[in-house]
Amino acid sequence: MIWDATFQLVLLGSLLIGATSGTLGAFAVLRRRSLLGDALAHAALPGVALAFLWTQSKALPILLLGATISGVVGVLIIEAIVNYTRIKADAALGIVLSVFFGGGIVLLTHIQQSEVGNQSGLDKFLFGQAASIVRADLYVMCVVSALVMVAVFLCYKEFKVLIFDAEFLAAQGFSPRVVDLLLMGLIVLTVMVGLQAVGVILIAAMLITPAAAARFWTDRLHVMVLASGILGALCGALGVGLSALAPRIPTGPVMVLVATAAFLVSALIAPRRGVLARWARIRANALRENGQHFLRAYLALQARGKREIALLDLASELQLPLYRVRRLATRLVRDGRVSLQNGACSLTELGHKEADFVVKSHQLWEYYLVYRSILEEDHVDRSADEVEHILTPEIIEQLESILAQEGIDVVGDIHKTHSGYRRTGEDG
Amino acid sequence: MLHAVDESVTPIHIHDMTVAYHKKPVLWDVDLAVPEGKLVGVVGPNGAGKSTMIKAIMDLVPKASGWVHIYGKPYSRMRQVIGYVPQRESVDWDFPINALDVVLMGRYGHIGWVRRPDKIDRELAEEALEKVGMTDFGHRQINQLSGGQQQRVFLARALAQDAQIYLMDEPFAGVDAATERAIIDILMDLRARKKTMLVVHHDLHTVNQYFDWLVLINMRIVAAGETKDVFTDDNLNKTYGGRLTVLSEAAQAVAHHQRGL
Repeated sequence: MIWDATFQLVLLGSLLIGATSGTLGAFAVLRRRSLLGDALAHAALPGVALAFLWTQSKALPILLLGATISGVVGVLIIEAIVNYTRIKADAALGIVLSVFFGGGIVLLTHIQQSEVGNQSGLDKFLFGQAASIVRADLYVMCVVSALVMVAVFLCYKEFKVLIFDAEFLAAQGFSPRVVDLLLMGLIVLTVMVGLQAVGVILIAAMLITPAAAARFWTDRLHVMVLASGILGALCGALGVGLSALAPRIPTGPVMVLVATAAFLVSALIAPRRGVLARWARIRANALRENGQHFLRAYLALQARGKREIALLDLASELQLPLYRVRRLATRLVRDGRVSLQNGACSLTELGHKEADFVVKSHQLWEYYLVYRSILEEDHVDRSADEVEHILTPEIIEQLESILAQEGIDVVGDIHKTHSGYRRTGEDG
Repeated sequence: MLHAVDESVTPIHIHDMTVAYHKKPVLWDVDLAVPEGKLVGVVGPNGAGKSTMIKAIMDLVPKASGWVHIYGKPYSRMRQVIGYVPQRESVDWDFPINALDVVLMGRYGHIGWVRRPDKIDRELAEEALEKVGMTDFGHRQINQLSGGQQQRVFLARALAQDAQIYLMDEPFAGVDAATERAIIDILMDLRARKKTMLVVHHDLHTVNQYFDWLVLINMRIVAAGETKDVFTDDNLNKTYGGRLTVLSEAAQAVAHHQRGL
């Protein structure tokens, strides 16, 4: 890797692009406008080629002007198609995106094959080549990034309400059209300035992926915007660094791969919203449910006059294999709900309390369903069985008062409960 | 209903208003003068144009004809006077903000462009949360609130605005009994303070108990006035009895004609 002035320039440029697209991406993703960035970028390609053909110049500002014009025209055509025909947004987007991109490729190939075009380096707009960033380009990037950051800082609250509740924004005396246009304009700027380093095909990913990754970690908008911006900057810098390791690797794809890795990690391990956290929650619920079935089965056996209750009895009551019941029991002992002596099982005070609560909520729900004629009596058990684990003490209280008004007193008598234990896979 | 209306004391005066969605008229020739300090129910079947009427008052949907005056002036000059509680389903509750942030939005009209909420705005927002009994939930992410709690947050947002007129779209839809009680208490309190409220409502059982003024609506105003005069079997039949086939078919025809389909 060459750590010289050029590399620093390139690194700084990619960092700025990553930070800007990450920051703005948070708003674009929440506003469900992420694919518009994609259409915009693809539609920009013919603009780049036409600008070159017309001016014979490869100065970045001129090429980007061409890109912006054709990108915006593409988006306007999408809107026109949606407004004036019966074609829906996704189809309109697909049509415009591919037509413009196809046109761009044709023009680009034509330029490559001509005398002047050979060294034009326009092909970098396809996949992005951060190494082509020169000092003048960096100035453009700095200006655009500063503009975007300042606008986001100033109009943060307007953007927030626009996305959450545009009608309310209007009712508060702001013009959602103006705010939306501003946001769209910023997205256009961001996409255009990123074209050189990331390329038309993948720039949208730099808008979407860091934001989507950041969403996993937080429930506050400003944290998400900040995290997304920082993540974008990291991806930009890392992308450039990694692609410099081997010659001829375009930077755009590497940046996107880095961002995707960050997204996958976030999706997996983020607290609360992550896949693992969700899986742990589901498992914990299943464990709790099976534990409660165990307790209920114990009460049922006891109510039938059984003195010494062994794990084998519980296994046949629960219709579960003995090894699973043993595992359940071990866990309940650890949680202080059950004690085991010489193979005989008994409930602790805590265990009794929980068992009573479960029986009572099961019964309350059964009664409620029957009395409200929601279900026939013989259909009621399955659904009561699922619900007994979910009812909160507040709902229980409410059910009790409803039934009390109808003159029904539920005492939590196991005899009055239909037996039956819903099967869940987990038991710890 | 073209008697002289004293506009300076009339919170909402609608004159000959027709509203169309995608060129399809959904509300025809509405004339309505809502008196000050009343809790007004807006009742009618699905698709009757209840929400549309509220949105048209606030210029959220374009009017095909007619006008609305707020205390004698056009809405554009009276925005701050009107507080809005939209339908709960109209927003994405998975949006990454907490309850207090949502309530603070009620202050944005006072704050204006670019500037940020200050300490006073925050205090007013917290006060509004307290009024709806949600003080402890200010820092709760909005998707972790129950439906009733979300509705209260929406109401608090409107209260934070400290308006004269409140337009509410189904504030009682899908809420628990406790929330319904809490909301109606707040509405009664607002009425005692001479605020005017227009409330879209679905539950005919509670109309008599909640509203002292009533607007029955089904693509046009069927009847409007004191609840005791308006809430009659005859009027309800006119409002709910049979679809207004002629009116809806006409609307359909107009839409097709104008869109060239």
